[in-house]
Amino acid sequence: MEKVEILTRVQDIFRDLLDDESIVLTSETMADDVEGWDSLTHIQLIVAIEKSFKIKFTSREILSWKNVGEMIDNISLK
Amino acid sequence: MDTITPFKSFKDLKGNIKKNSGCFPVVKVSLIGDTATQFLAVALKGMAIERGLTLDLFEAEYNQIERQVMDPSSELYQFEADYTIVFQSTHKFLEKFNKTKPEERNSLADDRIVFVDTICQNIPGKIIYYNYPEIDDVVFGNLANQIEESFIYQTRKLNFELMKLAQSCPDLFICDLVSIQNQIGRNILFDASIYTSTEMVLTIDALPLIASRTMDLICAAKGNFKKCLILDLDNTLWGGVIGDDGLEGIQLGHGFGIGKSFIEFQQWIKKLKERGVIIAIVSKNTESVAKEPFEKHPEMILRLDDIAVFIANWENKADNIRQIQSILNIGFDTMVFLDDNPFERNMVRVNVPGVLVPELPEDPADYLEFLYGLNLFETVNYSTGDKDRTKQYQVEAKRALTQSKFTNEAEFLKSLDMVSTVDGFTKYNTPRVAQLTQRSNQFNLRTIRYTEGDIERMEKDKDSHCFSFTLEDKFGDNGLIAVVIMKTIDDETLFIDTWLMSCRVLKRGMEEFTLDTIVDYAKTTGYKKIIGEYIPTPKNGMVADHYLKLGFEQIGCRYMLDIDNYKSKEYFIKKNQENGKS
Repeated sequence: MEKVEILTRVQDIFRDLLDDESIVLTSETMADDVEGWDSLTHIQLIVAIEKSFKIKFTSREILSWKNVGEMIDNISLK
Repeated sequence: MDTITPFKSFKDLKGNIKKNSGCFPVVKVSLIGDTATQFLAVALKGMAIERGLTLDLFEAEYNQIERQVMDPSSELYQFEADYTIVFQSTHKFLEKFNKTKPEERNSLADDRIVFVDTICQNIPGKIIYYNYPEIDDVVFGNLANQIEESFIYQTRKLNFELMKLAQSCPDLFICDLVSIQNQIGRNILFDASIYTSTEMVLTIDALPLIASRTMDLICAAKGNFKKCLILDLDNTLWGGVIGDDGLEGIQLGHGFGIGKSFIEFQQWIKKLKERGVIIAIVSKNTESVAKEPFEKHPEMILRLDDIAVFIANWENKADNIRQIQSILNIGFDTMVFLDDNPFERNMVRVNVPGVLVPELPEDPADYLEFLYGLNLFETVNYSTGDKDRTKQYQVEAKRALTQSKFTNEAEFLKSLDMVSTVDGFTKYNTPRVAQLTQRSNQFNLRTIRYTEGDIERMEKDKDSHCFSFTLEDKFGDNGLIAVVIMKTIDDETLFIDTWLMSCRVLKRGMEEFTLDTIVDYAKTTGYKKIIGEYIPTPKNGMVADHYLKLGFEQIGCRYMLDIDNYKSKEYFIKKNQENGKS
């Protein structure tokens, strides 16, 4: 799957969960850039992404991403 | 997410909290846990809104259970919750187990029970305590079952001892997380990578079910629970259509095949009935045909005795359920309706709001497992008296259904074969008489409350004239249901100090019978007048015109009956002469 495609899907998941259609993600987006993306929402996002892509992250992966780009890279490798 | 439960998703529950405008009744709840409980808190708040409640939730800081419980000045005590939810996880229990010396591990369950007991002794309000879903560390493999110092042994022992503790602590309620893990499986309840990253031991997918199970307890404790199960017949209680297939043709019986599912389904319903849930039937059928399996089918588990109200006709089911409601006099929101037909389900759902109508699975083989998952009949107490209550409802239902068959009220009353025993106050009925004076609010003319001591004194006082009335009919005995106390004012006059009656026996002619009895007494003892008085309260409006209806004459704010001009009323109650007061 193309990374652009993954980014769009992840963005949709963010918009749905945070209930905010104005969210725009880029590779550089970090948690602080998105309102409502706290440590709790992070878990919800992970679970939703796992379901959507039918993948499972390891606990090391979950804690390792610094920005959306690294998360997308991670998904693309699965 | 919806694959594991028919409940709302975590996201929906979270959304509920935003939407809620705060118009629901508030319940004060504390949540203390030894793992991260923020998501559980969100799920509980959202689920409360689903149930029409707002949680005022105090969430203790992470892993502070001991401090919160042991320190009487802690936030937990200051908050004064109605319900304190305590979540001690199996993971932390395992952690403690791992740190304990092997030879001391066999006392860990007991130690924990002592702590839970301390919680119950110290924290006011009700305690909701999650039991421990098993983690099998397989250190002993299968042998763990006979090794007391194995983790599985200690966990199972702890769960068992929790049940025993709850039997002796009236304010302790166990929320059955074990049961939830059994239902959805450990792999759905728990996610190792999420646990490692967050200290959360419950998955987002499992939370709605856990929150639901927790709110079941709180709702039931608040008196909001299901009392009545209304069932369809064809393809719900048996396979096939009794009207078409006949007694031999319906599928019902042991052995293989779908007939077995219906047997097991009926056995479950029978157990609910034995617990005190009222069972009613609503079926589109000819009554005699619908009743045939209950009377004649050898494999039928449910019999007519088990059914409080049996309605089989060709009317629509919404109307029939309304009739059941009026017979049983319970709220629609205490009723569950099960029907295999989606049309009927929808019809009831739309037309009788409040009634819970689960979407039964298509395959009858799935009925039971599906219903197990819903936990529809939560209750916070059980006594053998609950069965008697069902019996009372059955009696009431028979009475009401009989009434609907009689167009003429007098005919109906006559058919009841009512008998009343009239007596004074005795050592046997004194407690009941005192209780009635203290509890009756509606049919109570002056609402004077008396203690047992007062009642005893009045029975001995020659200026007090005391009467108690029971009422029995062909359906059952209502017990002592009315009390009259009259006081001598002068040689000619009696004053009705107390006249009260249980509302269970309204519209039976009991008022007329009572009046006849006391007038008779007044006449034979030489009095000329009876004076009555109505003292209004917020609750006794139903008897505002009581004396006027009975032919008393209004004089100022009191009412007078002239005994010489009194004409006996019509009623259909026989006086029991044997041991009664004449």
